[in-house]
Amino acid sequence: MREVAIIGIGETKIGELWDLSLRDLGIHAGLEAIQDAGVTGDEIEKLYIGNMSAGRLINQEHIAPMIADYAGLEGTPAVRIESGGASGGMALAEGFMAVASGMNDIVVVGGAEKMTDVGDVEAKDILSSTGDREWESVFGATFDSLYALMAKHHMDVYGTTREQLAQVAVKNHYNGARNPNAQFQREIPLKMVLNSPAVSTPLGMFDCAPLSDGGAAVVLCPVEIAESYSGKPVRMMGVGMGSDHMAVHDRQSIDTMKATNLAARRALDMTGLECSNMDFAEVHDNYTISEIMAIEDIGFFNKGDGGPATQRGDTALNSKISVNPSGGLKAKGQPVGAVGINQAVEAVIQLRDKAGDRQVDDAEYGLTHNVGGTGGSAVVHIFGRWSP
Amino acid sequence: MKEKKVGIRGYAGYVPRYRIKPEEIGAVWGKDGKMMGAALGVKSKSVPSPDEDVVTISTEAARWAMIRAGLTGDNIGAIYVGSESHPYAVKPTSTMVGAAIGATPDMTAADYEFACKAGTAAFQTCMGLVGSGMIENGLAIGSDTSQGAPGDALEYSASAGGAAFIIGSDDLLAEILYTTSITTDTPDFWRREGQAYPSHGGRFTGQPAYFKHIMGCTGKMLDELDMEPSDFQHAVFHQPNGKFPMKAAKKLGFTKEQISTGLLVTRIGNTYSGAVPLGLAAVLDVAEPGDDILVTSYGSGAGSDGFYIKATDGITQVRESGVPTIEEVIKDVKYLSYAQYAKFRGKIKRGG
Amino acid sequence: MSIPRFWREIRQRYKGIGTECGVCNRVYFPPREVCPDCGRDSLGDMKEREISGKGKVLTFTEVHEPMPDFEILSPYIMAIVEMDEGVRMTGQLVGVEFDEVKNGMEVEAVLRKLGEESPSGIIYYGYKFRPCR
Repeated sequence: MREVAIIGIGETKIGELWDLSLRDLGIHAGLEAIQDAGVTGDEIEKLYIGNMSAGRLINQEHIAPMIADYAGLEGTPAVRIESGGASGGMALAEGFMAVASGMNDIVVVGGAEKMTDVGDVEAKDILSSTGDREWESVFGATFDSLYALMAKHHMDVYGTTREQLAQVAVKNHYNGARNPNAQFQREIPLKMVLNSPAVSTPLGMFDCAPLSDGGAAVVLCPVEIAESYSGKPVRMMGVGMGSDHMAVHDRQSIDTMKATNLAARRALDMTGLECSNMDFAEVHDNYTISEIMAIEDIGFFNKGDGGPATQRGDTALNSKISVNPSGGLKAKGQPVGAVGINQAVEAVIQLRDKAGDRQVDDAEYGLTHNVGGTGGSAVVHIFGRWSP
Repeated sequence: MKEKKVGIRGYAGYVPRYRIKPEEIGAVWGKDGKMMGAALGVKSKSVPSPDEDVVTISTEAARWAMIRAGLTGDNIGAIYVGSESHPYAVKPTSTMVGAAIGATPDMTAADYEFACKAGTAAFQTCMGLVGSGMIENGLAIGSDTSQGAPGDALEYSASAGGAAFIIGSDDLLAEILYTTSITTDTPDFWRREGQAYPSHGGRFTGQPAYFKHIMGCTGKMLDELDMEPSDFQHAVFHQPNGKFPMKAAKKLGFTKEQISTGLLVTRIGNTYSGAVPLGLAAVLDVAEPGDDILVTSYGSGAGSDGFYIKATDGITQVRESGVPTIEEVIKDVKYLSYAQYAKFRGKIKRGG
Repeated sequence: MSIPRFWREIRQRYKGIGTECGVCNRVYFPPREVCPDCGRDSLGDMKEREISGKGKVLTFTEVHEPMPDFEILSPYIMAIVEMDEGVRMTGQLVGVEFDEVKNGMEVEAVLRKLGEESPSGIIYYGYKFRPCR
């Protein structure tokens, strides 16, 4: 297996991008990444696009060739990868395998989602389709409520507090305020989270990530040729994927994401590194509880210590482990199928020392964690600073 | 009259927990609701939750009746559901109830509509099928989520509830010894196809309609049986309001005590097809072995079905089944404001 | 939801028909063709099993931003219920107020309306849970 590097990144601003279509989002991000890498269109051997639900969101399936077409890449193999909210991360895993296997040299992996061409009630309904439609949402379970059930259980079992959940949002808004591509570039006080209107108890509006438009892309190549391009390379060292029962109620433990646990273990094993080696992590904080579960289930903290660790400040920028330096889904935004690529873009920015006010000092290794649905699938990637 | 002994093997009733008081309704329409309620003899009426309808109410009652009878779905050979508020104009309620209790596919079924006496029509059909030996057991249900037009007098009483009876031949807890009916063409109350709310003939619903049929049918049955009102421990009359059955009972020679157990309208309103079945269920909850029970339903349009029922020794045994009595069911109460009631009953126009 | 898509699951939604693994006797709902624990040993050995409908609340939430079909009920309570057979189910709690619900509360399945295709379309029925009396 060949070692893989990322040599180019691109992403759109995230938010309510009324002027841009899904096609635009994919192309803008892709062209930026190609330009950053300094590759030519002829060199690109494959395009993967992570996308959750273009079919329901904009009534357009088969979007990968469409994006390839308008990026001037007609003729290039182009495939869409879907795994709910983990679509981006899973697409990146596919891209990694294409390069690592020796089959392709230059691969572009993008992610794009256009959430705001439908109303917010419909967007939430579509998102809930990444849970078990037949046995959860048909019975009244919203996507929010499934995470709320996990939150309530986590609080009952481990004593996690409402304030600890809220701290996740406060921290991620602090980081997001330092990210020019973030949807919410402002800090928020704890009170604002605690007093936000109930969405599904115990989660309030500020415990939930927004549903956003956005696109992101990276360019992959084998490490051996990484320095022959203009973009500063970053190593993609580990890839791990996992799955779990589709419905939350079928999980062995509803306060634990087994898919995350498996994905993290597999990715770390591939690198020989441990959680303690990581300097930062971009985790899937679609809800505040999700980050608390993620930092436990990946292995940064013991089960049940995610809340207290957050409250102690152990996950703040440049503390024990900088979690979501980008602002995460909570503040940077949640363009669902693009999230995994947005996370990889942040990892590259950090490992290139280009993160400005949110830079993690002396970052050597970083981890990204991307979840599909309510934990039905998860993917973890591990990145390392370039050393020739 | 029949080949085989016929009677009740199991029964149960269900009434939604929500209630609204006449004063709450009157306040919206500039009427003295309290006085309206007093005139009707209705202190509160039941209101179905938005997720309840005749299918769910019937199923709830049927499931409990099955538990009481100790039977499973495959023991049921026929289901008839009587209602004037079937959720579908075309597509039977009875098939859905059949699926919900596991009685499908080896059964026959149909829905009935005869204003407030569709439930007792189901009784008679099941009696015929069981008595003739065509089926072992049949399920007869009377259930409604009736509506009165906003502001109409009916709005103070039209309510929701239902009861289910398993009619069979063996292990009876009450034997149905006799039934008789009278039927005429009387336009006292109706709802045209496609209309949301029923219409009625006002005071015409009294003497030429309710009283004529209730008294006529009861009198006819007493004559045919050669019995007196005093021969019965309990009597249940259709109860569109609290006043009519009291007046009819008095005129027929029944006492207040005889009809009080089965008179639920004061607390839950007029449950239409569910009214007499629920009243009978309440009586069976307390009846002693050997008690004689007289039942007369009334349905606008119009007609009455009379039944002579005798409790057996089995009546006390079914009280161990854990199934709630009618008193226990209607004790669970949650009062609604008119605004909540209007929302629940789909009276608020919402955007698409 | 299309007509056959709902119709196909009527026995599950109305009656709670699941399966039991013939090897380890673990009960599943909805039905499974393979036991996740026993794998291929269970193939062809999964038997139909009706869920009693009785269970205990494992965890619950009050939903303020509802599914479109549940708007009229908002706010409403969703729960994960651990059934007496060991299997868990997700459903709405009815006949109870949010501040009365406790973990471990005993509940039973009741049939309620889940939604409808449209005002002129098919009505969807299925289980919800209510505190035992």
